[in-house]
Amino acid sequence: MPTDSMIRAEGLKKRFGATVALDGVDLDVPTGSILGVLGPNGAGKTTAVRILTTLSQPDSGSAWVAGHDVVREAVAVQRNIGVTAQDATVDGLLTGRQNLVMVGRLSGLRRAESRARADELLDQFDLSDAADRVLKGYSGGMRRRLDLAAGLVTRPPVLFLDEPTTGLDPTSRVRMWDVIRGLVGEGVTLLLTTQYLDEADELADRIVVIDHGRVIAEGTAAELKTATGGARLEVTLSHPSERAPAALEPFVAGPVHVSHDGRRLRAPVRSESGLATTVVRALDTAGVSVDDVEVHQPSLDDVFFSLTGHPTEDPDDVPDDVPSAARLEVARS
Amino acid sequence: MTVTALTPPVTTTRPPRAPGIVRQACDVIALTGRNLVHIAREPLQLSDVTVQPVLFTLLFVYVFGAGVVLPGGGTYADFAIAGLLALNLTTSAMGTAVGLSTDLNSGVIDRFRTLPMWRPAVLVGRSLADLLTATVCMAIVAVTGLCIGWRPGGGVGSTLAGFALFLLFAYALSWGCACLGMVSKGPESAQGVGLVILFPLAIVSNALVPTERMPTVLRTVADWNPVSAVTSAARQLWHNPNPSASIPAWPMQHPIEASLLWCAALLVIFAPLATSLYRRRTTE
Repeated sequence: MPTDSMIRAEGLKKRFGATVALDGVDLDVPTGSILGVLGPNGAGKTTAVRILTTLSQPDSGSAWVAGHDVVREAVAVQRNIGVTAQDATVDGLLTGRQNLVMVGRLSGLRRAESRARADELLDQFDLSDAADRVLKGYSGGMRRRLDLAAGLVTRPPVLFLDEPTTGLDPTSRVRMWDVIRGLVGEGVTLLLTTQYLDEADELADRIVVIDHGRVIAEGTAAELKTATGGARLEVTLSHPSERAPAALEPFVAGPVHVSHDGRRLRAPVRSESGLATTVVRALDTAGVSVDDVEVHQPSLDDVFFSLTGHPTEDPDDVPDDVPSAARLEVARS
Repeated sequence: MTVTALTPPVTTTRPPRAPGIVRQACDVIALTGRNLVHIAREPLQLSDVTVQPVLFTLLFVYVFGAGVVLPGGGTYADFAIAGLLALNLTTSAMGTAVGLSTDLNSGVIDRFRTLPMWRPAVLVGRSLADLLTATVCMAIVAVTGLCIGWRPGGGVGSTLAGFALFLLFAYALSWGCACLGMVSKGPESAQGVGLVILFPLAIVSNALVPTERMPTVLRTVADWNPVSAVTSAARQLWHNPNPSASIPAWPMQHPIEASLLWCAALLVIFAPLATSLYRRRTTE
C-alpha cells in the first residue's frame, strides 16, 4: 500500500441475504484529497462507508484507513476517523453542547478538553446560540451541522461524510458545502458520498461512480465529462441566415441542427478554450448577426446516463427542488 | 500485503491514552450521565419513577389496605411498603429494555460504534443509570410510606440492608430487561413484551397480598417467585408483618439467602447473555 493513501479498499464485497451490496469495490484516496463517491440510492455507497468506518465487516476484500486494517485494527481506525452518517447520529434528547462533550469524552478527551473543543466547534458551525437547546428544537440543517461537528471533535485526519446534504433545503446545502470546503483547507482527507452530481462536481478532487455495488467510472469531474463526449454549441441569430451553418462547419463535431424559425443553431462540439469567441468571429466574418452563443458542458447527469444507461433519479428520491428540512423532522419523530 | 503506518498530520489532537480501566470507567460515566439526562427529559419514563410510585403506594394502601386482613396482625401500610417497592422496581425495570431498544434503533448507536470507546460501556452505562433511577424510585416509595405510617423496625443496619437488597434485585433484573431490549424490534414492542412478563412477575407474589389463599398453582409460583423472596427478606429485615414466614417453601423460610441466590443467578445468566446479544446486534 502506498504511504500516500489515507483510505484504500481492495475488492470489497458484501451481500445482505440475496442482495449484493458491494461487488468488488476498489478505492484509493490520497492524503489530503477529497474523493466523491457518486451513485444513486442502493448503489452501495453507504455499505462501503460502513465498512471503512468499522461499522460493518466485508465478506471479502480488505480496507485500510490511516494505515490500519478496518477489521483487525478497528480501534486504531476509530482513533483516526470522524464520521457523519446518513442518518442523524446525534442524540435527540441532549443539547448540542452535551452531544459534543459526550463524543469528546467517549473519544478519550478529558472533560475540560471536551468542553473547550465543544465551544470551539459550536462557534465554528454557527450553533453557539442553540448550544444549550435540546436537539428536538433544531432544524434539519442545524442537526446536520452538529452531526458534522461531532465527527470533528478529535480533529481526525480522515473524515467520512455519507450524503451530508441529502434532505437539506438549498440554502442549508450551500452552507454545508462551505463548511466542508473549509475542512479541506486543514489538510483533512475526505471521502464523501452523494447522489447529487453537482455536489460531487463542487467538492471532490476525484469522483468514483458506483452502481449496483461496482465502480463503473473514476476520474476528475472534467475527465468524466470528457469521457462522455464533447460539449454542445447553441447559437441564436438575430435573423435567419443560410450562411450560418457553413460558417460553423469548421468547429463542430457533428451535424448542425437548425430550428424551424431558422434562428437557432445547435451542434456538438469539442470543448476548447476560446470557442465562443472563435464562433462569434467566424459568424461575423460571414456577415451573420449573433444574439447569443452558449457552450453547454455536459452535466454529471449526462455522464451518469451515458455510463449506466439509466438516469440517476430514483422514485424514492427526495426531489432536489423541494425544501425538505420539514420532511426530515417528520422522519425523525 | 504489507501496510505501512502513516504519519498522522500535525494538526491531529491524539486522544490521550489513559490506562484501560480508567478509560473504561470514563466511558461508563459519560454514558450513565447521558442516560440520566434522557430519563429526566422523557416525561413517561420520568413519571414511571416519580409519580407512579406515589400513586401506587397511596392507592394500594388505602384501597386494598381497607380490604386485606393480615394473618398474624399488623397494619397494611407496614406490610405493603416492601411489596410496593418490589412492584415499582420490577415494573420500572422495563425502562432498561425500552431505553436500550430505543438506542439500538436510532443512529446514535452508530456514533458510539465509530468512537474508540469501550464497547460494553453502552450496556454498563445503561444498567448504572437505571440503578440510579431505581434508587430515586425507591426513595420516593419509602418517603411516601413514612408519610402514611410505615415504620421499619430493625435498626439502621437492617433497614439499609433491606434497601440494598432491593437495589441489587433491581440491578440484576435490569440485565434481564437489557436482553429483552436487544431482542425486541423496537421500543414499543420492548414495552409490550416487558409488561406481559414483569407485571405478572410482580403481582403473582406476596408483594401485595398474603399468598395463603391463592390457588395451589399460583401459590407455588408466588412462593418461588424472586419478587416474593426479596419482599419477604425486606419485611424480615425491617420487622414488618411477614405472613410468608409461616410458609414451608425454602425461599420463604430463607428469604435473604434466596434473594441473594436469585440475584446472583439473574446476573450470571443475563449479563453475559446481554453482552453477547449486544455484540451480535451490532455486528454486520
